[in-house]
Amino acid sequence: MEELLNILNELHPDVDFTTQENLIDDMILDSLDIVSLISEISEVFDVTITAKDIVPDNFNSAKALYELIQRLEDEG
Amino acid sequence: MLFTSYEFFGFVVVLFLAYYLLPKQCQWPLLLAASYLFYAAAGPQFLPYLLATTAATYLAGRGVGRNLARQSAYLKEHKAELSKEEKKAYKDRQKRIRLRWVAFCLLVDLGILVVVKYTGFLLSNVSGALSLLGWTGELSFVSLALPLGISFYTFQAVGYLIDVYRGTVPAEENPFKLALFLSFFPQLIQGPISRFGDLSKTLYGPHPFDRHTLALGLQRVLWGYFKKMVLADRVIVAVTTLIGEPGTYAGAWVPVGMLLYTFQLYADFTGGIDITIGLAQALGIHVEENFNRPYFSKSLKEYWRRWHISMCSWFRDYLFYPLSVSKAMQRFTKFSRGRFGEHVGRRLPVYVSTFTVWLATGIWHGASWNFIVWGLLNWAIMMVSEELEPLYERFHSRFSWSNGRGWQAVQVLRTFGLVCVLNYFDCFSSLGTILGLFASLFTASNWSILWDGSLLELGLTGLDYGILAVGAAVLLGVSLVQRSGSVRAKVGALPYPARFVVWYGLFLVVLLMGAYGIGYDASQFIYNQF
Amino acid sequence: MEQNAKKRVWPKVVLSAALVVGSLFLLQRLLVPKYVDDIIEGAFIAEYYREERKDFDVVFVGDCEVYENFSPVVLWEDYGIHSYIRGSADQYIWQSYYLLEDTLRYEKPDVVIFNVLSLQYNESQSEAYNRMSLEGMEWSPAKVKAILASMTEEEHFLDYVFPILRYHSRWSQLTPADVEYLFTTKTVSHNGYYMRVDVRPAENVPGGRVLADYRFGDNAWKYLEMMADLCEREGIQLLLIKAPSLYPYWYDEWEAQVEDFARERGLPYLNFLELAEEIGIDYQTDTYDAGLHMNLSGAEKLSRWLGNYLTEELGLTDRRDDPELQAIWAEKIAAYEADAQAQYEYYGMTEADSRPTDAGEGI
Repeated sequence: MEELLNILNELHPDVDFTTQENLIDDMILDSLDIVSLISEISEVFDVTITAKDIVPDNFNSAKALYELIQRLEDEG
Repeated sequence: MLFTSYEFFGFVVVLFLAYYLLPKQCQWPLLLAASYLFYAAAGPQFLPYLLATTAATYLAGRGVGRNLARQSAYLKEHKAELSKEEKKAYKDRQKRIRLRWVAFCLLVDLGILVVVKYTGFLLSNVSGALSLLGWTGELSFVSLALPLGISFYTFQAVGYLIDVYRGTVPAEENPFKLALFLSFFPQLIQGPISRFGDLSKTLYGPHPFDRHTLALGLQRVLWGYFKKMVLADRVIVAVTTLIGEPGTYAGAWVPVGMLLYTFQLYADFTGGIDITIGLAQALGIHVEENFNRPYFSKSLKEYWRRWHISMCSWFRDYLFYPLSVSKAMQRFTKFSRGRFGEHVGRRLPVYVSTFTVWLATGIWHGASWNFIVWGLLNWAIMMVSEELEPLYERFHSRFSWSNGRGWQAVQVLRTFGLVCVLNYFDCFSSLGTILGLFASLFTASNWSILWDGSLLELGLTGLDYGILAVGAAVLLGVSLVQRSGSVRAKVGALPYPARFVVWYGLFLVVLLMGAYGIGYDASQFIYNQF
Repeated sequence: MEQNAKKRVWPKVVLSAALVVGSLFLLQRLLVPKYVDDIIEGAFIAEYYREERKDFDVVFVGDCEVYENFSPVVLWEDYGIHSYIRGSADQYIWQSYYLLEDTLRYEKPDVVIFNVLSLQYNESQSEAYNRMSLEGMEWSPAKVKAILASMTEEEHFLDYVFPILRYHSRWSQLTPADVEYLFTTKTVSHNGYYMRVDVRPAENVPGGRVLADYRFGDNAWKYLEMMADLCEREGIQLLLIKAPSLYPYWYDEWEAQVEDFARERGLPYLNFLELAEEIGIDYQTDTYDAGLHMNLSGAEKLSRWLGNYLTEELGLTDRRDDPELQAIWAEKIAAYEADAQAQYEYYGMTEADSRPTDAGEGI
């Protein structure tokens, strides 16, 4: 989780990712952010996030994103 | 059958009566029949294309869906006996089968689209290229009439199949239900490009009669007709004149043309979508919004999140993301980082995918170079402003006034101006013409047309301009009010007489000021008396 | 509670509906052209229905060559013939036919006179003319058929049912007359006759252009046949005429076709172009638009000749002994003379010079 927050903060230093729950719906993360996020995550966590995983539910909060990563780690 | 034809009114009245009088289980089959009738009225020769796309999408969707079901049943049944590797190998095998279905469907759906929409364009470019090499022959192609709404229903079909493949939605087992999803008449011709997961929630009913829903839907329809018939169909006269003679209407005419066309496009497209969403709502069906007050955007990027939302999100979800997170792109990212360093290396792949998306968006809009250039210009502007982002941030932190409302208004106006310029690319299929027009802007000496009455020679009277100006003010006012919630709900909260005046007044405005029918023209009656 | 709520809803619904229907009706009345000051020929077709005594001996159907060239007042004054002109601008032959059908709903005239110029058209040429011929008709199967036979491609039947759809944008061109004649109207013709007293001599009348095909179209023939059949069935004498208008040009080839048809069907046919000299038409003084149409002087000469023909050849009788008709016509004659005097004044003319009396007739 710590690593994920680091990645997120690097992307948007001005956002408090521990509390935000509407990253997509409030348009804090746009599509370009998501792509670079995925690229970082796949490097750091060694998981493959595919296009089907890119839905608001998975990206609206750091927590949801972390759960997605864990799920993918389990599967992989 | 245009939305603005008498036939369409009759069609809708009969449909609504049957829809709410017949037993509820007849509702969606009735909609299917009505939709095909609607489509056939536009030209029965187009039906085979729609049917082929529907059939291919249905079969592929069912193939993928059954394979997924089989796979999970098999894995469940043999959970204990299979090793992790065996499971993976099995899954890969099944995935290949599913991919074959997807490939088949994309081949049919996109194949039809490409053949009917782009063959002429491709051939003319090929023969152009060949003639550069000294070839003098001519490639001929029986140009096919473009089936109505093909770009929209094809995208819906492809979106559906990919969703089934991704497991986001279950495959539709009933071919007629899928046929209705692809042909639902209010959105068949101009979208929005609905997602199966959204539309199927309410499309198949049952929908008991509810006069509040009906009233809300019809109010939206009326608002749409106001935009379309009073504003868009009025200003189109001047726009047609301006576009028809780019040689004459250069210089100072260019900003006039851009502004009027942008106004027409907005009124026509958002009005049409209002009619679509309103009709669906009156039938108890929820269609997702396609616009979100786009001209209040503070940047082009924001504009593309608020204008034609269903198309943009389609390209995002089915092209941009898959491309960006594909294995090939990941490899490319690694490669470019090693090669060009952290900063550029990280950006390059994004440029490549966004470039592809905007190229595709341009091509989707029309089979000609002006649309391609239009798409790429959009891309270039957004990428440049992306690069300048740090600069903007410094600017904003340095000057506190730049965070105030005044500066926001400047940003909104700037974005609007940019959109006006970009929109003008829609109007001329020849790139030379457009560039010539923009160039003429800088050498223009005819600015006097703005005040010497020349504007009245475009086919619009002073009264027409007055109606357009008031109409634009009304659109702006409604958009401003809308920021704090549904305007219809606000009107609905008024006492009955006020509500009556608002909606009946709007109806009268459409009836009296709509640019429809054989415009009564007294001069027509001044004839040679014999 | 439910009952109460329902009770409260209904008056609201009824009141709103009444308001909508009432205001739309008013708007429609306001927006339709009134044809009282301008282009008055648009009002002619509707005027027929206001006639008290529709037992006309003679009914004319046709285009401006009937309504600008014949004066029913002269026919009455000189011969006691009770006649009416159901003419309208550029009235196409299918419209003439259905106007005849429409007329037969009210009466059965002895003679129907049809002017053959409109045979030249095989389909309706203009929406504006359709409007002027059809709008004035009262609703009947004949009107429905007339509309269906007349509509050009751009027209819709619904526009005839609800003229507000057609004239919706006229709100910007309303005149005081639109308010004044919201519910009333005034009589603008003299039994369908359009009076003009001014003079514009016919000079340099252009010849006809060469046509690719001189044969009348199938559709035009169909309606002429239908008209002849209908008259035959109803025992009405159909009289075909060609008014003495020099223009539009009347081709010899057209003349031959009409003559053949008349001979085949055993119908009388009068070509007033050939009779003009005998009648005493002077194209220097008897036309107000250089030979297209007769002025009052020309129309009266023509009508006198026609009255004589109708009496002598077709056996129409003098009805001046009918006191009711006499009273009706006395009023009409007064209006007619007043109109003529007003026009002489307007054009700065004297009646004596411009309007030959019976005695001065050149027969």
